[in-house]
Amino acid sequence: MELFDDFPSMGRKDLVDLKKGIDFAFRDFSRDNGEAIEGFFDPLMYFMVWFEKLLMAAPWPIMILIFAILAWLGARSIGIVIGTIVSFLAIGYFGMWEDTMATVAIISVATFLCIGLGIPLGILMSRSNRVQATVTPVLDIMQTIPSFVYLIPVVMLLGIGKVPGLIAVCIYALPPIVRLTNLGIRLVDKEVLEAAESFGSNYRQKLFDVQIPLALPNIFAGVNQTIMMALAMVVIASMIGVKGLGVPVLRAVSNQYLALGLMNGLAIVALAVIFDRVSQEYGKRLQKHRQGGHGV
Amino acid sequence: MSDVKVSIKNLYKIFGPNGGAMVSKVENGATKTSLQAEHKHVLGLNNVNIDIPARRIQVIMGLSGSGKSTLIRHLNRLIEPTSGEILVDGEDVLAMSAEELRNFRRNRMSMVFQKFALLPHRTVIDNVGYGLKIKGVDKAEMNERSQKWIDRVGLAGFENNYPAQLSGGMQQRVGLARALATDAEILLMDEAFSALDPLIRNDMQDILLDLQEELHKTIIFITHDLDEALNIGDNIVILRDGAVIQQGSPQEIVLDPADDYVRDFIKDINRARVLDVSAVMEASSSDSGLEFASTVILEDAMPAMVKADVTHANVMRDGEVIGKVTLAAMIGAIARPESNDEEQVTYR
Ligand SMILES: Nc1ncnc2c1ncn2[C@@H]1O[C@H](COP(=O)(O)OP(=O)(O)O)[C@@H](O)[C@H]1O
Ligand SMILES: [Mg+2]
Repeated sequence: MELFDDFPSMGRKDLVDLKKGIDFAFRDFSRDNGEAIEGFFDPLMYFMVWFEKLLMAAPWPIMILIFAILAWLGARSIGIVIGTIVSFLAIGYFGMWEDTMATVAIISVATFLCIGLGIPLGILMSRSNRVQATVTPVLDIMQTIPSFVYLIPVVMLLGIGKVPGLIAVCIYALPPIVRLTNLGIRLVDKEVLEAAESFGSNYRQKLFDVQIPLALPNIFAGVNQTIMMALAMVVIASMIGVKGLGVPVLRAVSNQYLALGLMNGLAIVALAVIFDRVSQEYGKRLQKHRQGGHGV
Repeated sequence: MSDVKVSIKNLYKIFGPNGGAMVSKVENGATKTSLQAEHKHVLGLNNVNIDIPARRIQVIMGLSGSGKSTLIRHLNRLIEPTSGEILVDGEDVLAMSAEELRNFRRNRMSMVFQKFALLPHRTVIDNVGYGLKIKGVDKAEMNERSQKWIDRVGLAGFENNYPAQLSGGMQQRVGLARALATDAEILLMDEAFSALDPLIRNDMQDILLDLQEELHKTIIFITHDLDEALNIGDNIVILRDGAVIQQGSPQEIVLDPADDYVRDFIKDINRARVLDVSAVMEASSSDSGLEFASTVILEDAMPAMVKADVTHANVMRDGEVIGKVTLAAMIGAIARPESNDEEQVTYR
C-alpha cells in the first residue's frame, strides 16, 4: 500500500543533481556563447537605442503631429485623430512623455520584428500540414508558459537590457500573427485559387496575387493582436531593464504609490486603445471592396 | 465531322489513398457504391472516352456528383488522373512538365468558374487582365486588350468597379471576359451560368452564342440544366457516376435516350424547340406547296402549316426535296414520352 500513499518520486538528492546538472550546463553554455550571441544582436540593440533616442529627442509638437498623421492615414477618422492628440497631450502634461516614447519605441520595433518573422512563418505553415502540426504546439507553449520562466534563460544568456526585453516581448507577441497568417491563407476561397492556377500562375504569382491579398484581413487581425500583446508585456519587460511606462508601474507596485501606478497604467491603456482603433480601422478599410453594397 | 481538338481516352479518376489499385476493380465491374462501401475510395471518373470537336460547343451534363467538375479539371490538369490519356491538338497533356503545363494554361486553355472566382481586391479591368498579367504582358497592352473584352461583354463604364459592386450576371461577364482575354482557343466553363437567375442565365447564353458566332472557340460547357444544354450545345455528353451514358447531338439524345436516367432528364423539355423537321420526316414527298428547310424546328414549322391550312409539307435541302413531314408525325414527336402508349410511339 505504500505505493499508493507516497508518490514514487525521484530521490531528493537525484532531483537536486538533475536540476544542478541542467543549470550548470546552461550556465556553461551561456558563458561560452553569451558573448557571440550578444554580438549577433548588437546591430538590433544599436538600432533600438538610436530609435528610442530619436523619439525622445524629437520636439513634442512634431511627435504629436506625426502620431496624428499616422492615425489619420490608418483610420481616416477625425474622432480617432482628436483622441490621439488629446491622449498624447495628457500624457505629456502628466509628465510621462519620455517613458511613453520609450514604450512606443520598443512596441514598434517588436511589432515590426514579429511581422517580419511571423508572416513568412505563417506562410510556411499554411503550405504544409506537417509544418503546421510542428509549429502549433510551439506557439501554444509560447503563449501559455509564464513569461517569468523564459525570462530566466534569456537573462542568463544576454543579461539585462533592451535586447532580452525585446526577445521576451516577441516570444509572447509573435504567435497571433503566425496563427492568423496561416489561417487566413488556408481560408482563401478554393475556387479563386483554382482560377489562379488555371491561368498558369506559378507559386510566387499565386502567393502575391491571390493568397496574401485575400488573407490580408486575417493577417491584419494578427498584427492588431500582436501589438496588443506586446503592450501587455511592457511591465514585465521593464523587469529586465527595458525603459518605458513599465518602470514607474513596477516602482508603484513595490512602494504602494497608487497615483503613480494608475497614471502610468492609464497611459498604457491609452496607447493600447489608439493602436487598436487605428489598426482595426485600417483593417476594415482593406476589406472595403469585398463587401460591395454601394455603387451599382 | 470536324477535326478533334481534345481527345479523352480511357480516363479513370479514383479518389482515395490507393486509387491506382482500384482501377482494375472498376474494370471488373465494381460500381461507385460498391467501391465506396468495400474499399473506401470514391469513383470520380469511370473509363471516359470523348472526342471533342474543334470550334464547337461541347456540353457535358449530369446530375450533381456525376463527375462533371472532376472531368473538366482533368483537361487543364487541376486534377491528375488515376489513369488514361488526354490529348489536346494531338499533344499529351499528361506528359507536360510543370513549366510546359503553365504555358499551356496561359496560352491555350482558359476557364470560367461557377462562383465566378474573381479577385475581390482588384477592379474589373484588372480582373479581366489577370491572365495577361500572368503571361507577362505589359500594363498598357494589358489594359488595351482588357478594355476590348470589357466592351465586348457589355461592361463598358464599370472598368474601375470592384466585383462586389456588381450583380452576379455582371460578375460572370467579367469571368467570361477574363477567360477570353488570353486568346486561348479552348474555353472551359464549369456550370458557369448555374449560379445566375433564369432570366440572366438566358442573357448569358445569348452572349456566349453571339461571341461564339464570331470567335469559333472550342468550348467545353458543363451544366446540369438540360434546357441550357440544348440551347447552346452542338454536342452533348451525359455522365452518371463518372461514366459516359450517352453522347450525341441534342436531337439524337431527345429522340433516342439511352436509358431511364437520360429519359428522366429529357422528360420536361420543350421538344418542339429541339427537333427540326428532318428529324421527323418520312421518305416521301408532299403536294401541299409548303416547304421547309431541313433545319427548321417544329416550334416554327407547325404554326406555319396551320396558317397555310395544310397537314403536310416538303423538307428541302440544297433546293432538293429530301422528304415530307406530316402534322400528325410532328405532334407525335413532341408529346412527352411517358404519356405515350406503345403503339403511339411512332416518332421513332
Ligand atoms: N477531392 C475529392 N476527394 C474525394 N472525392 C471527391 C473529390 N472531388 C470530388 N469527389 C467526388 O467525386 C464525385 C464527382 O464530383 P464532381 O466532379 O464535383 O461532381 P459534379 O461536378 O458533377 O457535381 C462526387 O461523388 C464527389 O464527392
Ligand atoms: Mg460541379
